Amino acid sequence: MGDFVLNVNGAQLRVSAPAEETLLSVLRNRLSLTGTKYGCGEGQCGACTVLLDGRAIRSCLVSVESAANAKIVTTEGLEQNGQLTAVQQAFLDEGAFQCGYCTSGMILGATSLLREQHNPTEKQIVEAMEGHICRCGTYPRIVEAVKRASRLLAQVASR
Amino acid sequence: MNHRVVPATEFAQSISPARPGTSGLDRRDFLKFLGGGLVICLAHTSAWAQESGRAFGGHELPKELDAWLHIGADGQVKVFTGKVEVGQNIRTSLAQLVAEELRVPFEAITMVMGDTDLTPWDMGTFGSRTTPTMGPQLRTMAAAARQMLLEVAAERWHVAPASLTAAEGKVTDPENARSLTYGELTRGEKLVKTVSIEESLTPAPEWKIAGTAVPKAEGRDFVTGKHKYPSDIYLPEMMFGAVLRPDGFNATLASLDTGAAEKLPGVKVVHDGDFIGLVAPDAFTAQHALSAIQARWNVPAQPSNQGLFAYLKDNPESGRDESPQHVSGSVAQAMPNVGLKLEEQYTVAYIAHAPLEPRAAVAEWTDGKLAVWTGTQRPFGVRDELMQAFHLPAAQVRVIQPEMGSGYGGKHTGEAAIEAARLAKAVGKPVKVVWTRSEEFTWAYLRPAGLIEIKAGARRDGTLVAWEHHNYNPGPSGIGTPYNVANQLIQYHAAKSPLRQGSYRGLASTANHFARESHMDGMAHVAGMDPLEFRLKNLADLRLQAVFQAAAAKFGWGRLKSSPDRGFGLAGGVDKGGYVATCAEVQIEPGSKKVLIRRVVQAWDCGAIVNPDGLRNQLTGAIVQGIGGALFERILFANGRILNPHFAQYRVPRFSDTPQVEIVLVDRKDLPSAGAGETGLVGLAPAVGNAIFAASGIRLRNMPMAPQSGVPGEPDPSLQS
Repeated sequence: MGDFVLNVNGAQLRVSAPAEETLLSVLRNRLSLTGTKYGCGEGQCGACTVLLDGRAIRSCLVSVESAANAKIVTTEGLEQNGQLTAVQQAFLDEGAFQCGYCTSGMILGATSLLREQHNPTEKQIVEAMEGHICRCGTYPRIVEAVKRASRLLAQVASR
Repeated sequence: MNHRVVPATEFAQSISPARPGTSGLDRRDFLKFLGGGLVICLAHTSAWAQESGRAFGGHELPKELDAWLHIGADGQVKVFTGKVEVGQNIRTSLAQLVAEELRVPFEAITMVMGDTDLTPWDMGTFGSRTTPTMGPQLRTMAAAARQMLLEVAAERWHVAPASLTAAEGKVTDPENARSLTYGELTRGEKLVKTVSIEESLTPAPEWKIAGTAVPKAEGRDFVTGKHKYPSDIYLPEMMFGAVLRPDGFNATLASLDTGAAEKLPGVKVVHDGDFIGLVAPDAFTAQHALSAIQARWNVPAQPSNQGLFAYLKDNPESGRDESPQHVSGSVAQAMPNVGLKLEEQYTVAYIAHAPLEPRAAVAEWTDGKLAVWTGTQRPFGVRDELMQAFHLPAAQVRVIQPEMGSGYGGKHTGEAAIEAARLAKAVGKPVKVVWTRSEEFTWAYLRPAGLIEIKAGARRDGTLVAWEHHNYNPGPSGIGTPYNVANQLIQYHAAKSPLRQGSYRGLASTANHFARESHMDGMAHVAGMDPLEFRLKNLADLRLQAVFQAAAAKFGWGRLKSSPDRGFGLAGGVDKGGYVATCAEVQIEPGSKKVLIRRVVQAWDCGAIVNPDGLRNQLTGAIVQGIGGALFERILFANGRILNPHFAQYRVPRFSDTPQVEIVLVDRKDLPSAGAGETGLVGLAPAVGNAIFAASGIRLRNMPMAPQSGVPGEPDPSLQS
């Protein structure tokens, strides 16, 4: 067991855990941040996606030790003062989920994509999101939600 | 940095919700807790019992407790149903139906679902039954409540009920310009009404809330991560459980050493008969301890993918019913005289549901009463399993289903619930069990594999004369042909499955439609007819004709000509009250022969549409999910082991597999609403197979059709001339 301080959603959180425990397990089971989901534990499904220093990573493949010096953002940290982010709002407006279990990973994956590529083409969206599985098959609406979020962000930027 | 450093435990407590549900509160207490207001109960007629399956196994509840609807003094409406929300959007669509009949805003409705202590008994959420059975039931309750409120107001004002109107949660007396809210009408008094099913319901053409695209209830909780799925449930002092799995199916334990695991801090091993599990203070230690257990197993030799279909044909389930599903005329007498004939075999592989949230449960024992939060489509079925496993009466077991990371027919059973309950009982603390992905692939159940043999005959003008269809193992769902054929023999043959199998979205309808609609395409080819023309020539069902025509028109059928690298195909059918026609465009890459589904147009009729937006989402999802079974999903197994229990080895549809999808809804407001969760899946595979044939001349008769991504096989020699 080691003692770590994690920077999660802007808060410094102290946690005791084995150094090799995954960030996913620590978030869910030690910090009760259950918005981040377990889907496969092997980096194949994207359900556990979080932002590590702004980039989408699979929290099931990262140890708590290696995440200790980074800024971590989970789905719980997106909304600010009751205001959804553009990506969250776009997913809601497009109805881009069914059971919703993949949604937090999808939203963080899309958030990361839109940070790097403000106006992605459909092909770029598909390539960037390919590592995310939605078993309910909501992919067409998710693509539309990413496009909508891109437009929302452009509107905000042009103000 | 001036952020406060918060100890994790404090942080967890500050954000973890109050104990989920209201543990320990039974239904009688709960109704008291609801306080004053109007409670609507159901009078049980025998016809109703039959329809809703309520007579099953003596599950009928005391009538006075059998409340379906409660209107509180604040005007808020609680609706109780044992159905569960798994992403198919019934929390929203059922609430729309209730709001419609009760004449209240949609927002006034709260659905209480899938909690065995709070909701009336229900068989489960499967078979596309929610909309056609629970929909009318709840509408009836709501209509009765509205009528009663009108009567209460009429009595208070000394006027005739017929002179009053109900709208927007209020009863209004237009003549005297006065109104009372439903809350004001019920305040302070407990009004209990028992209703029969004979209430007049609002016809669909007059709907204002039902029939519209109301957004998903509580949708915001799903984009913010606030929604608690079964695997997210947390209880104070909760421990984490894990279960040791054998090396293969039907294995016996040869030796066991749990010493190393038991030395780990806080770990307790529970060994009880065949069950070997453990609990630990945290999830990491639980998995670590599990891997420290030394166990050797003897696994007997068992069937594999090799020779599976012959095995299924040759191994009937003992005592199986050999009587056909349907016989008309005589296929044997008709076949020798037909001008055109075609006889083929089709197969489908075992596939896994692979819901993104694996099985999960949290169990807690309080004074001998068991409460389990778990992901299941059958909370009352899981309660039965728990009652049996722990020899408890129904009143001592409560199962609560938090909206889960779906199921697709794969979560009818209570494995994780029993495991968590067993471990919790042994350690005297709440225990959570979450299956790993590979456990879910290996120890859940699968969609049945199977063999389908079809023999068909037609006159030279393309009129079908004979149709013989034998289904070995997948099941009888969707087995009957919707086409006009004078001589039919349709038979399902139950077989001994080497792997554990069970329900799946659409059941055997996908297998039966794949075989039938591929064979119809083959017959059209033999007859030298256009596949759509051939179908319509042999089809009297007007609703099925209508969806075929609607899909074909939108797709541009007839204008589109297949070429070696691009094919167009169609298929359709009817099952569980839903009519579907699917047109598919596939591209076949030269050289690699890789198949890409480019465009799918699907027309759909399920009677009066309750929520067109939710329906489109469901149908699109069915098409996308259908791509997996059609092209590449298959379980590989040998000697009692699943060989591909990981997403890296078991390919499911992803973004890049998804075509342009266009849905055409045929809204039949003159007809009762049917369910739409399943039958939207059945057209995709045969439409894609038929499109591949149209492009390449290769008829693919085995699902998945292109497991290695390229089109296997060689073109039909008859096309080479």
